Amino acid sequence: MRDGSTSDALLEVDHLSVDFSTEAGIVRAVDGVSFSIQPGKTLGIVGESGCGKSVTSLALMGLLPHPAGSIASGSVRLAGTELTSMSERALRRMRGTELSMIFQEPMTALNPVYTIGAQMTAVLRRHEGLSRRAARARAIEMLERVGIPVPSKRIDEYPHELSGGMRQRAMIAMALSCRPRLLIADEPTTALDVTTQSQVLGQISDLQQALGTAVILVTHDLGVVAETCDDVLVMYCGQVVEQAPVSVLFETPRHRYTEGLIAAIPKIRPQRLARLPVIPGTVPDPAELPAGCRFAARCGFADETCTQSQPTLEAVDSSRVACFHPAGSQASQT
Amino acid sequence: MNGPLLDVRDLTRHFPVRAGLLGRSRQVLRAVDGVSFELERGKTFGLVGESGCGKSTLGRAILRLHEPTSGRVVLDGTEITALGQSALKRQRKHMQMIFQDPYASLSPRRTVARILDEPLALHGLGDKAQRNRRVLELLDIVGLGATARHRYPHEFSGGQRQRIGIARALAVAPKLIIADEAVSALDVSVQSQILNLLGDLQAEFGLGFVFISHDLAVVQHVSHAVGVMYLGKLVETAPVDRIYAMPAHPYTRALLDAVPVADPARRGKRLLLQGEVPSPLTPPSGCPFHTRCPQAMPVCRSRVPRTIDLGQDGRPHRVTCHLHDPDIDH
Repeated sequence: MRDGSTSDALLEVDHLSVDFSTEAGIVRAVDGVSFSIQPGKTLGIVGESGCGKSVTSLALMGLLPHPAGSIASGSVRLAGTELTSMSERALRRMRGTELSMIFQEPMTALNPVYTIGAQMTAVLRRHEGLSRRAARARAIEMLERVGIPVPSKRIDEYPHELSGGMRQRAMIAMALSCRPRLLIADEPTTALDVTTQSQVLGQISDLQQALGTAVILVTHDLGVVAETCDDVLVMYCGQVVEQAPVSVLFETPRHRYTEGLIAAIPKIRPQRLARLPVIPGTVPDPAELPAGCRFAARCGFADETCTQSQPTLEAVDSSRVACFHPAGSQASQT
Repeated sequence: MNGPLLDVRDLTRHFPVRAGLLGRSRQVLRAVDGVSFELERGKTFGLVGESGCGKSTLGRAILRLHEPTSGRVVLDGTEITALGQSALKRQRKHMQMIFQDPYASLSPRRTVARILDEPLALHGLGDKAQRNRRVLELLDIVGLGATARHRYPHEFSGGQRQRIGIARALAVAPKLIIADEAVSALDVSVQSQILNLLGDLQAEFGLGFVFISHDLAVVQHVSHAVGVMYLGKLVETAPVDRIYAMPAHPYTRALLDAVPVADPARRGKRLLLQGEVPSPLTPPSGCPFHTRCPQAMPVCRSRVPRTIDLGQDGRPHRVTCHLHDPDIDH
């Protein structure tokens, strides 16, 4: 995966930037993000609140809040088709069949006044041209595959009659019912208990393998990333600061922010630590970003170069990292 | 004074629920059902369990923010559950609460100075000048500068707001703080800052904490003893090192197993718990966990398990499970 240039990629995102108009003026929420994803693979996008990970995924789906948010520049190609210049009508046809999205809160995607079955069969009949009976059979099959017990009965219930975990499963079943090539999952398990989370993550990955779907998993939880992703993109203040295969990222994080994040995750440890490692300070205000590296003020390795100029993503072994003094290498990028 | 800081005995909180057609049939939701534990001075009792297990209700019942249905709470020798309303109000300065969302619990129209002054004035702690000094001291303790006092909650980040919430809880110099998901809404980099702050405060002021959280890694870090709740009952209580090294209840084991590990090399080697938590309105017969338990025996369906103490060297390790009952034929 190099800068979205691989020809057999399913999705290629090239220098995507998204602007938001706020009371404080125009804020660039996503700044020059590039990546690609191969069919059937899982890409994790991690970062803390406000880093631009959710805005990136909404931009891919063409679901930026209108008129506040808009794509300022860059391109998004799904199997060679440019999405950023597509009409809303054409995009709507793509959603569900080509690319689909699930959210942290299932009620943002489920309509409270229709039964689960009515919503699922409507999508299947419109997009796949299935008969009423075939659509219902497919819907029941999908509900069963996401672990909903007695799906032939549950299908006739309304979203509010299901528990939080069941609603999340129903949303996943609906999102995958038309076998999209790409699923974007934005914090899909954040509101769930750990036991339900591990079940739901397992079901997403089973379905992904069965259907060959590529998944973009947007999350703040590095534990979930380690469990599920092939590749990882780390974002900070709207920019990609590091990208690496999952095992490389956890073994040899290059960016000092990634390093700090991994150290700060509370882990179950054989010996209790006296103090948890921290990243000092807080994320800068998006309306008043520093001129140089955006992480410099919180970084123990920052020098004059870092406060004056912005690092660009450069290859270090199998990672790409935007840092003048990456971890684990003597050579600094000047 | 001798004895534990906090002694909770058979604490129960039931909610009447109207159900059925026209709400005619009345049911009882046993949100907290006979919970007992002790907390030593200057220590932390971690309370874990899935959503709806009753851990937040238990925290509120201890402070009588939810009036307990039955049972006893003794704080530093004073029986909280026996107090009248005015005596309870006076005792409130000894027990405070920190919430998950500091924004929802901080009045948006008041400056930080007023937010911190309010509990001091309410409990008649000092004159105006003394209270002003205390506000500055509190801001310093939680790592916010003196200039913070003129600002409003919305001007702060999530982590800073949680510092304000902590300062407010500390204002009246309590002995006990109940922290309900106090760091759950924070990003990891900020979360560890707040956890370290809570540890410093405990060491400095000898605070006792009841730390309620769904995050088992965080609970391990902050707690000295841990209680695991399931459908309103504590199913296992033990010193922190024991419960993480040798969990005795199948539910505790399943919870620990479900925690995602930030190590791609250790992916997917886990025992998955099936199904979801049953409705607390109609809890299963016998052991409430038997419907999901990978080790359930026929007896678990019919008989309520006893609580067995597996502890050594006077450190109790209580587990409510037939597997550990020597009188049950396995």
